[in-house]
Amino acid sequence: MRHIISVLIENEAGALSRVAGLFSARGYNIESLTVGVTEDASLSRMTITTRGSDNIIEQIIKQLNKLVDVVKVADITEGSHIERELMMVKVDAKDSATKDELQRLADIFKGRIIDVSDDIYIIELTGEGEKLDSFINALEEKIIIETVRSGATGIARGKKALQV
Amino acid sequence: MKLSGAEIVIQSLKDEGVEYVFGYPGGAVLHIYDAIHNQSDVEHILVRHEQGATHAADGYARSTGKPGVVLVTSGPGATNAVTGIATAHLDSIPLVVITGQVTSAFIGSDAFQEVDSVGISRPCVKHNFLIKRAEDIADTMKKAFHIATTGRPGPVVVDIPKDITDPNIKIDYEYPEDIKIRSYNPTVQGNQRQIKKAVELILAAKRPMIYSGGGVVLSNASEELTTFADRLGFPITQTLMGLGAYPASGKNFVGMLGMHGTYEANMAMHECDTLVAIGARFDDRVTGDIEKFCPHAKIIHIDIDPSSIAKNVRVDIPIVGDVKHVLVDMSKELKLAKTEPDAKALESWWKQIKKWESGNCLRYDKNSALIKPQFVVEELHKVTGGDAFITSDVGQHQMFAAQFYGFNKPRRWINSGGLGTMGFGLPAALGVQLAHRDEVVACITGEASIQMCIQELSTALQYDLPVKIIMLNNRYMGMVRQWQEFFYESRYSQSYMKALPDFVKLAESYGHVGMRIEKPADVNSALTEAFAMKDKLVFMDFITDQTENVYPMIAAGKGHHEMHLQAECVPTQSSDRELA
Repeated sequence: MRHIISVLIENEAGALSRVAGLFSARGYNIESLTVGVTEDASLSRMTITTRGSDNIIEQIIKQLNKLVDVVKVADITEGSHIERELMMVKVDAKDSATKDELQRLADIFKGRIIDVSDDIYIIELTGEGEKLDSFINALEEKIIIETVRSGATGIARGKKALQV
Repeated sequence: MKLSGAEIVIQSLKDEGVEYVFGYPGGAVLHIYDAIHNQSDVEHILVRHEQGATHAADGYARSTGKPGVVLVTSGPGATNAVTGIATAHLDSIPLVVITGQVTSAFIGSDAFQEVDSVGISRPCVKHNFLIKRAEDIADTMKKAFHIATTGRPGPVVVDIPKDITDPNIKIDYEYPEDIKIRSYNPTVQGNQRQIKKAVELILAAKRPMIYSGGGVVLSNASEELTTFADRLGFPITQTLMGLGAYPASGKNFVGMLGMHGTYEANMAMHECDTLVAIGARFDDRVTGDIEKFCPHAKIIHIDIDPSSIAKNVRVDIPIVGDVKHVLVDMSKELKLAKTEPDAKALESWWKQIKKWESGNCLRYDKNSALIKPQFVVEELHKVTGGDAFITSDVGQHQMFAAQFYGFNKPRRWINSGGLGTMGFGLPAALGVQLAHRDEVVACITGEASIQMCIQELSTALQYDLPVKIIMLNNRYMGMVRQWQEFFYESRYSQSYMKALPDFVKLAESYGHVGMRIEKPADVNSALTEAFAMKDKLVFMDFITDQTENVYPMIAAGKGHHEMHLQAECVPTQSSDRELA
């Protein structure tokens, strides 16, 4: 099953490689990994999307907790949560029909055209991974020049929070 | 107090109460070596290879319970230390390894003797640090010792660029009394509810078994374990790493378990209905085929490392905590309990175990005209009164030592169990002897293993370390040969070494005493003579039977009840067991 694991980790050089190294050394799979600083500059928040049986996920959480730099770990997919991913797609909008179509699609998916230059559009979209996939599928393949996805990040609903 | 970075490194060691630093100088650590030169509180032991330094520090740590300290230079100094660091990591041994690093400004430029020490060591340390400012040295050293010695112990690497040890830059020094790391708080006390549940299960057991490991030794819980097992009257088996925590001569001991464990220990594991795993980690050499492991048992698992629990084997009652604390709490709980263990069931369980024991699975030919390796170990036990510190290398001799020496105290049996590092035994013995100047220290080794760190014979001379080397010389990598005999139709691919040195002369050229023993009748007298030379390192080359194998043996992927035994030792089969 797919799990989103959220990690609070000391914002120090090498912290990311400890986590990445743990996953590769123990043969765990990483679908995506995002890192960013939190409101407390000494802490980073890492969000890892992974797949595995319950046993493997349990081990991943234990092994993450065992890393000295890791302050807290939670599997946010255990409870009710919100998941988001950011995507930017660069497309070739060469004729007006394509431009219209792109505008329409962006509206349907609640995306935004954030840059226009020389018949090139950049469309920004946030949502769950599946929504981003659908958007890509809705585009004509040959007009896609480049896609950039941030990888999933997520947060638990309600009072539940990953804090020090 | 104003000190340079280099002086702070050494002063931190003093403030930690470190007696010995095992090391080897080089460019990146020259400032630190200069600081060592100007003091006498911390004694530096100059090894001949950085691997030797880590193993010696490791032997010191295993035999004392105190952290071992290593100092090596950047680049090859650090990479040579990696095998020893990984050895300590797999057996959870506290080490602090200080590696020099090139000057900060050169880091990342492929400078002379530069490697990414933090990167290389990351997967085989408990934690590591790259210090960036001299002001951080004292705090980092404190953290390194704290992390290495608490929770599940392990090695910590501290990488220090040369420029921050500059002798011309002096800064304020104060060693922190204690240190808080918000992300690191190992659980010590076990959960009381879990302990209560465990005690209920223990008291209801009909065929109980205690399986204890190296965690008991690390936690200094030998006394608590012995009390616990004796109070309950339960059979107890120990892993390779746990030997000595419960005395081999104790009435409830049924021998080591696992791949080369006794028939009775492995059969009792297979048939037990309640397994109490204490400070043990269900290693594959212990469990055999996981699918066939303890098929009838409810399992209680006590371990300080939550990630050890349910890693390899499902567990019914996990207890995370320090073994010593948990055993004390369990004993309290046992006293409060209104019931006693089922005496009748226990009696019949023991009857069954005695039946398994009757096959005498460790039997060997005592009338052989050739020296049997088992015989040397048994005679060694006699000559040393069973009370020596024994280090070993890796292979058949290691298993014979584990099976036949009979360890009655913890921290007396010092071997590389997890990583299985050939070359460990000799340098480890030097570390043990330094820590225990007046005790008897012997290294049981083979002619293949000893050659992997033989240069340390020179270190032994320099520091007058009179260890006794008991080399079981079968002219083969014995364990490799055994596997090739069993599983590769006796195709002995590359396991025979043709050009062995004359070990007697070799020992003599290093300034030691060498002896060669070729007849069984000479074994005892030679050992007696060697151990009488109290201030000499004696290198004993026992020419042993080349064909001897280690039995019993569970082949990889087999269950505990599927042991290879010597033909004449096949005892009562499990089918005629009489169980309550």
